[in-house]
Amino acid sequence: MGLTLTWLSVIILIPLAGLFLKTLDLSLVQFWEILTSRRTLNALKISFGLSFAAACVNLVMGTIIVWALVRYRFPGRRLFDAIVDIPFALPTAVAGVALTQLFAQKGWLGAPLAELGIKVAFTPIGIFIAMVFIGIPFVVRTVQPVLIDLDPEIEEAAASLGANRWHTVFRVIMPSLIPALLTGFALAFARAVGEYGSVIFIAGNLPNVSEIAPLLIVIRLSEFRYADATAIAVVMLLASFVIIFAVNRLQRWAQTRIPAH
Amino acid sequence: MSTQTSFVTPATSLRAYAATADLAMAPPAPRTAGDRARHAAASKDLRSEPGPIRFIIIALAVSFLTIFVVLPLVVVFASAFSKGIGAYLAALAEPEALSAIKLTLLVAAISVSLNLVFGVVAAWAIAKFDFPGKTFLITLIDLPFSVSPVISGLVFVLLFGAQGYWGAWLQANDIHILFAVPGIALATIFVTFPFVARSLIPLMQEQGTQEEEAAISLGASGLQTFFRVTLPNIKWGLLYGVLLCNARAMGEFGAVSVVSGHIRGETNTMPLLVEILYNEYQFVASFAIASLLAMLALITLVVKTVLEQRLDEAQIPKDDPSDH
Repeated sequence: MGLTLTWLSVIILIPLAGLFLKTLDLSLVQFWEILTSRRTLNALKISFGLSFAAACVNLVMGTIIVWALVRYRFPGRRLFDAIVDIPFALPTAVAGVALTQLFAQKGWLGAPLAELGIKVAFTPIGIFIAMVFIGIPFVVRTVQPVLIDLDPEIEEAAASLGANRWHTVFRVIMPSLIPALLTGFALAFARAVGEYGSVIFIAGNLPNVSEIAPLLIVIRLSEFRYADATAIAVVMLLASFVIIFAVNRLQRWAQTRIPAH
Repeated sequence: MSTQTSFVTPATSLRAYAATADLAMAPPAPRTAGDRARHAAASKDLRSEPGPIRFIIIALAVSFLTIFVVLPLVVVFASAFSKGIGAYLAALAEPEALSAIKLTLLVAAISVSLNLVFGVVAAWAIAKFDFPGKTFLITLIDLPFSVSPVISGLVFVLLFGAQGYWGAWLQANDIHILFAVPGIALATIFVTFPFVARSLIPLMQEQGTQEEEAAISLGASGLQTFFRVTLPNIKWGLLYGVLLCNARAMGEFGAVSVVSGHIRGETNTMPLLVEILYNEYQFVASFAIASLLAMLALITLVVKTVLEQRLDEAQIPKDDPSDH
């Protein structure tokens, strides 16, 4: 017991406390100036905005994937089920160079897209693509067990009571999936906001245009501007606390929803 | 991964409703085998979409996964072998590559073994005892999952860096943590901390403390109880945690990149070398290293699938009387 707590404090608690103590070195005015400088604001906007867009795509595509995997039988289904985990398992740097190579102007997908006049690599679209990639497993893996456990009788009841398939899916099935969908969305969003390895290769990293917040932290550190790095880190850390809290709330909400009906 | 949570849905209330509806207009129970088959087919029909919609959904899912997941993986191997197998092997035999592979193995060995010990202890404490602050402890364990890897590296720079809290003292005593192996190991331990504990906690909670209590009351010592009773019960879960912990330890990029200092041949792990070679346009060499990491990921996934089956099986024998 004591051992666990000591180890946890050494490895996790002390370093994090150090981060917050460092911010206390800054006056509120300094802190505010760092955060509202043009470059920081733009980096935060790019990180949070594109993560939100990517999480939305993950929400829609994740639902479609999970539906196909759970409800239908098609050749290669088990293989595709296993493939969903690859963005989790593939080291982020490998994903980064692979996506860049794929979407670069001479890449397998980059070349046809370039002919259409769409430039993906080294633009914000590239960041968005990388964020979609790493977010795929979250929605699929949170919704999958819920959809599998869903009682088939409800659907049959809805159908035999005269609801058409559209109504059954959107009025009966989707509402019971909402907590899981939102949790998957939040997890994908949180991961995309903090993501570094798979994004920086394809991003182009142009200040104010395609520079994500985690990269700006790294840049500030390499310039020995520790205060700037810390201020941005604290904002991102607080954001991820809020997201964890929201996810926990969502799960509690999902559990207390039954008696309400 | 193990972040999956089971959600209780409003299914229960609806099921009650469906049950009463069934009573009101239940069809006569199917009697013959043919009747039953027709009934099953009808029920399947009620729960599925028209053919064209089914086709579109499957096509969307498959093409999305192919474009976003399969193609990047194929690109890694295609680029690694683009100049032939000779160039591939030569790239891996470079001294820089070899030193990166060695460092990655060393760091993974250190962080996996430490997290193995403390993960088991932490899971033991959380699953088998009640104490104040338990929720806080669980949150603390989960934290590295939700923090940006860059921030995980940053916290160690703030502690040990030249301008950090202990930087001056470390410099005066000539101890190197940052931009050296200890820093890389610390950052890796930080980001991989949750894996072992997280995969053990649900397993240990489910098993309770009865078997351990029985062993102790029969005269076994604490260590005997652990190695003879607890460990066999959790072995698959433990392997699962170690597997994921190892995969992440070898592949970690963001946190390690911040603390490593990128000293060539000294503090570059495999993912860092992938970055450096790629930025120097040495694509074959970069993707050769990347292909090793991709293979690690694929092997991890295969073993993970096998372990998940074992874990499922391990939970079934509870109802099986022949097991006891």
